[in-house]
Amino acid sequence: MSHSAPDPNDAHGSVFDGLLGSDDSQWAFGTDFEDPLAGVDTTMPEGVAPAALATYCVMLADDALVLSHRVSEWCSNAPDLEEDIALANIALDLLGQARLLLARAAAADPSVVPALPEGSPVPPEDALAFFREAGGFRNVRLSEVDNGDFAHVVCRILLFSTVRLALLERLRESRDRVLAAVAAKGVKELAYHRDYAGRWFLTLAQGTDESRRRLVAALDDLWPLYPELLATHAVEDEVAAAGVGVRPVDVSAEVEVVLEQVLAMSGVERPERRALAGVRGRTGRDGLHTEALGRMLAEMQVTARAHPMGQW
Amino acid sequence: MTLTESELQQGFEATIAHHDRIEPRDWMPEGYRKTLVRQVAQHAHSEIIGMQPEGAWITRAPSLRRKAILLAKVQDEAGHGLYLYSACETLGVSRTELTEMLIEGRQKYSSIFNYPTLSYADVGTIGWLVDGAAICNQVPLCRTSFGPYGRAMIRICKEESFHQRQGYELLMTMMRGTDEQRAMVQESVDRFWWPALMMFGPPDDESPNSAQSMAWGIKRNTNDELRQRFVDMSMPQAEALGVTFPDPDLRWNEERGHYDFGTPDWDEFMQVVKGDGPCNRQRIAHRKRAHEDGAWVREAASAYARATEERERDRAKVERAPAPSLRGADGRVETR
Repeated sequence: MSHSAPDPNDAHGSVFDGLLGSDDSQWAFGTDFEDPLAGVDTTMPEGVAPAALATYCVMLADDALVLSHRVSEWCSNAPDLEEDIALANIALDLLGQARLLLARAAAADPSVVPALPEGSPVPPEDALAFFREAGGFRNVRLSEVDNGDFAHVVCRILLFSTVRLALLERLRESRDRVLAAVAAKGVKELAYHRDYAGRWFLTLAQGTDESRRRLVAALDDLWPLYPELLATHAVEDEVAAAGVGVRPVDVSAEVEVVLEQVLAMSGVERPERRALAGVRGRTGRDGLHTEALGRMLAEMQVTARAHPMGQW
Repeated sequence: MTLTESELQQGFEATIAHHDRIEPRDWMPEGYRKTLVRQVAQHAHSEIIGMQPEGAWITRAPSLRRKAILLAKVQDEAGHGLYLYSACETLGVSRTELTEMLIEGRQKYSSIFNYPTLSYADVGTIGWLVDGAAICNQVPLCRTSFGPYGRAMIRICKEESFHQRQGYELLMTMMRGTDEQRAMVQESVDRFWWPALMMFGPPDDESPNSAQSMAWGIKRNTNDELRQRFVDMSMPQAEALGVTFPDPDLRWNEERGHYDFGTPDWDEFMQVVKGDGPCNRQRIAHRKRAHEDGAWVREAASAYARATEERERDRAKVERAPAPSLRGADGRVETR
């Protein structure tokens, strides 16, 4: 029932060993992420316009970055500690995907990176995240709308991850070896996100009257944003034709099968809501957003923009 | 045969005297149990309330890398809260009861979290000084007498030390940046130094529960011992970083072999402890709102689990019923 513990003073000392040293191996997760692209061929694929590849990467990145922000807003606000931890995992996964994709966009076409003062140490991924205006963001509007209750975040993650998982599964075959590597990593993450959201969708649907009512309301609220996830932009057509990207319309059938199954198992009717209109045909992918994105970016970018020469 | 209370007490005291662990199913004096519930719960609450001041900067982190580090750190705090609530549950109090005691103000959390976070440097300073002070308090607890608490602390201390390094590394990086960033770091350190010293609790001669906790092996060092150790460790780190602490009395004492330092503002400490700190109401209101807003989700999960369990049981009954070997001596089918 017992084990003897070491002298507390020794244990104490050891905790602080290396605080002043330079042994980077002791630093925790996150300070220096393992390079997920180690060993991956980073040369640009032939036969695709660099600008199109960069824009495509920005689209995939912004979907993840903006939703990661919304999911991270749940931190310390979730219904239970387990959910706080799970939602933080999802936000971290999406953030990780966004970073790799923004870096790839910058490598494909440096002109997509906003200009910063001469000598600024801000890396391209941060220049793209923090120094772009809302109109330069290419994410779908589903990623950006304000959070609602827990049913809302469950529905949003379900719709988002079902589509993104289907896209990334195909993107693993991309001729761009970097996109293929990002997709291979992302597939495992998205499979978990979809599973998490699917299990909660079922639980809320069959839990209590209140949970079911809230779930149905949340799904109804988000449904008009769902068609935009499956719409195909001209840039997506272009990169798909070059064997580098995937057209959302090509995964729509399998996405529908998955969603219909979740709805059927949960006993929830498919909402009868029409798609949210754009403005003269422009939607999130074209940089036309809801009012929510500007407010989100004001918060997200405030510290970075105050210190364009700062080191973090 | 049953042991008498005094024999049980003797066994308990012998375990403590040998620096062995008390385990949840062992007999323990009621006072010991209560003290532990109070301390472990207070620790768990501190982790959960501690998510707020730093969590407030996740959406404003200045780089994507720092955002990931901070999000992972705040997530770790939720994990620490989870282990500690579990340790506390082995003493017979549920997480729900503990959460309710927190939001009703019947249990406390570390007062440090009642100070505001006002710049991104605070994320670094909290890692360096606040997590550093917490580690000073917590490392001796790895050998605390109650097994589940001690084991939770071993894991928590390892992660806390990562957090401390990350915080220090953020400040180091900022100090290499612009003049404004250096000023931001110094301002943050100026604000957090004294509250960090207060984290060790009141001076030994005014600490009401310390003596009993030391005797029971729940606590291993006095408040003043730990505070001195923290000051001694922090000084070389501050010098390496290039910041100063806001204490004119802070200087090396060759004779003692320690740094001398000034007296924290204990009046401010008492104000904060009693609920009038800069953020006490805000922190509790936030926790209360999250808990209450989540009630319908927890109810739904319980209702769904109950319904699933009933369905499983019905199915199991049907599947098991025909097996004759399951019939008891009276011919009835055994069901659980």
